[in-house]
Amino acid sequence: MELFLTSLLNGVTYGLLLFMLSSGLTLIFSMMGVLNFAHASFYMLGAYFGYVISTYVGFAPALVLAPLAVGAIGSLIERYGVRRAHAFGHVAELLFTFGLAFLIEEVVHLVWGKSPVPYKVPAALDGPLFTMFASTFPAYKAFMMAVSVGMLIALYALLTRTRVGLVIQAALSRPDMVEALGHDVPKLFMLVFGGGVGLAALAGVIGGNAFVTEPGMAAAVGTIVFVVVVVGGLGSLTGAFVASLGIGILQTFAVAIDWKVPGFERLTLSQTAPVLPYLIMVLILIARPRGLMGTRES
Amino acid sequence: MATRKNILGAALAVFAFAAPMNAFAQVRIAYIDPLSGAMGATGEHGLRELEFAIEAINAKGGVLGQKMAVVPMDNKLSSQESLNLLKSAIDQGIRFISQGNGSAVAGALIDAINKHNERNPDQAVVYLNYAAVDPDFTNDKCSFWHFRFDANTDMKMAALTDYLKDQKKVSKVYLLNQDYSHGHQVSKVAKAMLAEKRPDVKVVGDELHPLARVKDFAPYIAKIQASGADTVITGNWGTDLSLLVKAAKDANLKADFYTYYGGTVGVPPAMGEAGVDRVKVVSYWSANSMNASGQAVQEAYRKKYGADQDPYSQSIRISAEMLARAMEKAKSTNPVAVAKALEGMKVDGPFGEITMRADDHQLIQPMFVATFVKAGGPLKYSADGTKEYAFRADARVEAAAAARPTTCKMKRP
Repeated sequence: MELFLTSLLNGVTYGLLLFMLSSGLTLIFSMMGVLNFAHASFYMLGAYFGYVISTYVGFAPALVLAPLAVGAIGSLIERYGVRRAHAFGHVAELLFTFGLAFLIEEVVHLVWGKSPVPYKVPAALDGPLFTMFASTFPAYKAFMMAVSVGMLIALYALLTRTRVGLVIQAALSRPDMVEALGHDVPKLFMLVFGGGVGLAALAGVIGGNAFVTEPGMAAAVGTIVFVVVVVGGLGSLTGAFVASLGIGILQTFAVAIDWKVPGFERLTLSQTAPVLPYLIMVLILIARPRGLMGTRES
Repeated sequence: MATRKNILGAALAVFAFAAPMNAFAQVRIAYIDPLSGAMGATGEHGLRELEFAIEAINAKGGVLGQKMAVVPMDNKLSSQESLNLLKSAIDQGIRFISQGNGSAVAGALIDAINKHNERNPDQAVVYLNYAAVDPDFTNDKCSFWHFRFDANTDMKMAALTDYLKDQKKVSKVYLLNQDYSHGHQVSKVAKAMLAEKRPDVKVVGDELHPLARVKDFAPYIAKIQASGADTVITGNWGTDLSLLVKAAKDANLKADFYTYYGGTVGVPPAMGEAGVDRVKVVSYWSANSMNASGQAVQEAYRKKYGADQDPYSQSIRISAEMLARAMEKAKSTNPVAVAKALEGMKVDGPFGEITMRADDHQLIQPMFVATFVKAGGPLKYSADGTKEYAFRADARVEAAAAARPTTCKMKRP
């Protein structure tokens, strides 16, 4: 029972972290149709920016400034890179973001070196929040969960309850008409891209000190965010949320359960935990290609 | 016009001649290790320490009137890539290879070098292994061309379990290791040696997790917590170790961590306060236990690379120094003569006498069990990358006691 509850809590925590990582990708993908391979690299940039800013002016300003700065970089990349590549079709666009990911990693190598940087959790949030059985639950994890839920609510409200959100949604299916009505669609897309990148950076500011800020961190989360988006359903925010929680809980319980895979002497279920999300992705793509809550096929 | 052509031709001829002449006046070592990717930082650290050692040798006039030089080669931690680089090094006339990260790579190199040397005895290559710890390399798979300067997994675990003999509060041990050959070996030998030296200790968990892919260790910590373990033994390195210790601190797990690599690049700063008094290291390196000559090296290293740097890859420096000494002793840079001179060689290390055992080419050296603590007091040198923390040696295992029997039947040319 004790292990069950602790694992459930850990699973929800991990799931919310996954949602935080993938919400920006969902936004960019669902609103613009751009599959951004460099998404995790912006997450990494956010962590490094957060580290630099927090050493000078503190963690709270970094929470705002780092996503803004990275978001601005993202907007510029959209304006002068993605948009041009987009004109040559999806493959060019995909390859562009693919190359961008390598470029960002090399820049991080050059500026901050190959070793991890000492990016620490702020003292105010460092420590236990409550004790459950013998183990404590860290305050910083609760903060991460709150930010993740906040992201979901804010994005949902923005897209469905505000005028800007309606224009963005309209621009997705009928860009010509929206433009004819006097809205600047390219600028809108630039802002959406910047916003999505900013969300990745916010996740980086928060995830960078909870885990380790190093040049390999982008590669470590790069694939899992795509799994979340595909399983959740391309373009569905709620779907991404449900998929994140599901994957988080599933993976955590796979680790917790001592169960040997029959027929394989050394193989336990916990060893297969990291593969499970990919297994689910493959199954979903076979059985329900538009994902759990997706509305369209591509 | 004709004369100009002649002059050009002559100049080219001189260049063509001069370049290889210069190259041949050097003793070159090919450093084949990851210099990019997830393990890039670890490879860079080894390279830096090798270059540091070579500079010191060259400052004293080099060997046999020649300078030594390092040729860095990035193997991206891949065995296949390493074999290509080995071939390229041999083609360039390099006869000494240095490598350390990953026993899979080391095993591939040993096989390839054995074959190459058998077919091309006049172009033999000597392999200086500074960190690949698979015990096989100095037992069943031992080779005349391979020399190991790190202590192997068995030696480290023997030192660790000897220390555990006197730690009466240790009663339940949890084994958590990376799911690849090194982790499997640590788990296997830990169980065997605990059963022998502390039969009263219960192994309450034996877990393998994927290498460098776990972001949040909380689920593993919950499992350790539920098992009631008071001690965790792990061969983890890199982020797999620092994230593990962080997660343990977050969940307030009251267990000590006995590690192989708690002192290596990136780990002490990432552990920070979370590791204090809780993380122990078994290693041939203990910065605060050095003799005067060792301290002189440490000071020079810190002066060059920064006051928070720790030259913990001592094995790679020793390998360069012993190589130079073997060349002086053999009065030759011929690989076979040098390898013969290395066998049984004794030198004074920073912690006492060390010996390259002739039977299996395993360096026999003192070992330490140390605890991660707050710096200050008698602890002069901080842990790598930090100023606030240091390692305090709790136990020293003398070289003779650290040695393990070998099954090696060495075939010499």
